[in-house]
Amino acid sequence: MLSRASRTLTRVGHNFIENVWRAGAMLRFFFVVLAASGTSVRRFRLVMREVYFTGVLSLIIIIVSGLFVGMVLGLQGFETLQKYGAQDSIGVLVALSLVRELGPVVAALLFASRAGSAITAEIGLMKATEQLTAMDMMAVSPMARVIAPRFWAGVISMPLLAAMFSAMGVFGGYIVGVVLVGVDPGAFWSQMQAAVDFQYDVMNGVVKSFVFGIAVTVIATFEGFDAPPTAEGVSGATTRTVVSSALTILALDLVLTAFMLRGGT
Amino acid sequence: MERTTIDLWFGAFVMAGFAALLVLALKAGNLGAERANATYRVEARFDNIGGLKVRAPVRSSGVLVGRVADIRFDNERFQASVILALDTRYGFPKDTSASILTSGLLGEQYVGLDAGGDDKKLADGDRVTITQSAVVLERLIGQLLFSKAQEDGAKK
Repeated sequence: MLSRASRTLTRVGHNFIENVWRAGAMLRFFFVVLAASGTSVRRFRLVMREVYFTGVLSLIIIIVSGLFVGMVLGLQGFETLQKYGAQDSIGVLVALSLVRELGPVVAALLFASRAGSAITAEIGLMKATEQLTAMDMMAVSPMARVIAPRFWAGVISMPLLAAMFSAMGVFGGYIVGVVLVGVDPGAFWSQMQAAVDFQYDVMNGVVKSFVFGIAVTVIATFEGFDAPPTAEGVSGATTRTVVSSALTILALDLVLTAFMLRGGT
Repeated sequence: MERTTIDLWFGAFVMAGFAALLVLALKAGNLGAERANATYRVEARFDNIGGLKVRAPVRSSGVLVGRVADIRFDNERFQASVILALDTRYGFPKDTSASILTSGLLGEQYVGLDAGGDDKKLADGDRVTITQSAVVLERLIGQLLFSKAQEDGAKK
């Protein structure tokens, strides 16, 4: 009885210490990547190639889901707003919820599962097949050659993807609100423009997606770099990337929103 | 430098991203529409501003003519001091009155300007002297109850 309790306690404590260790190691990893970023600037082609793989190839999923999310917001918003006779405000509802919250968060979640997992799997497999060790042997730093370009590519892509997601969502809201349900287009745009502030709403959304971009790519590259060099290890690391990215994004979103809404009018 | 397809994709991607941001700023946001016009600032003092907020619209005859730039509490007069940034395209007489109104039954609060008949126009730094505070529902109900009680008392 006692031994089982103590074993459970040991396991919990072990997991806790393990996670604290990983958090610390990830932070150190982040600074090592920053320190190794010189090559990414000098050989920008490396970053561009990764932007193609993480950003450009994520375009389809971002655009299509942005459109769908906007359309659903339009339908749901209309249903509720109609009860109060305020269906003209549908543009405000769609634009504000997309620009402030859904754009950065959902785009980051999609980015983590579409590009983050691919980064982890790629780096993990490079490690398992000893390509990273081979680079080290040739005096090529894997940090500068493999990790840093992927990190910067994610940081560049994420705000752009989130902006495209929000823009497509607004367009989807327009399709449902104006074309399908018949809200007056003038009221749709003018109320939206009156309510959405560029600095307070749009730029804060960009800041959010920028922070999410850093978080997701650091987690993805770290998990890949840290993965046990086995098939099982790589698959576990990929899962961990998606899970911990999602949790980190949502937790960071709460913190950032709390900071941004303070003093907001 | 040789050109590759990656360059093309990268350029197209970055341009599409910034285009989306521009659409959000111009079409969904308020950039461009208002920043283009210069404004002049006018102060108005209110006893009670209710739920008026910074960046709330200033309307005259229902047309947007400016925005609330700043709200402060004047500690000498114990009144709220509201700074209105008005579009220079619109001039108002000196004796214009400002009142805090609500759009719709539960809508946002805005400042309404009613033009007076003075020949001189309001200039930057001037003060709107005639103001009407926001309607506070609790006070309205309180007044109603009070006058009702008075009526009942008078009957007896």
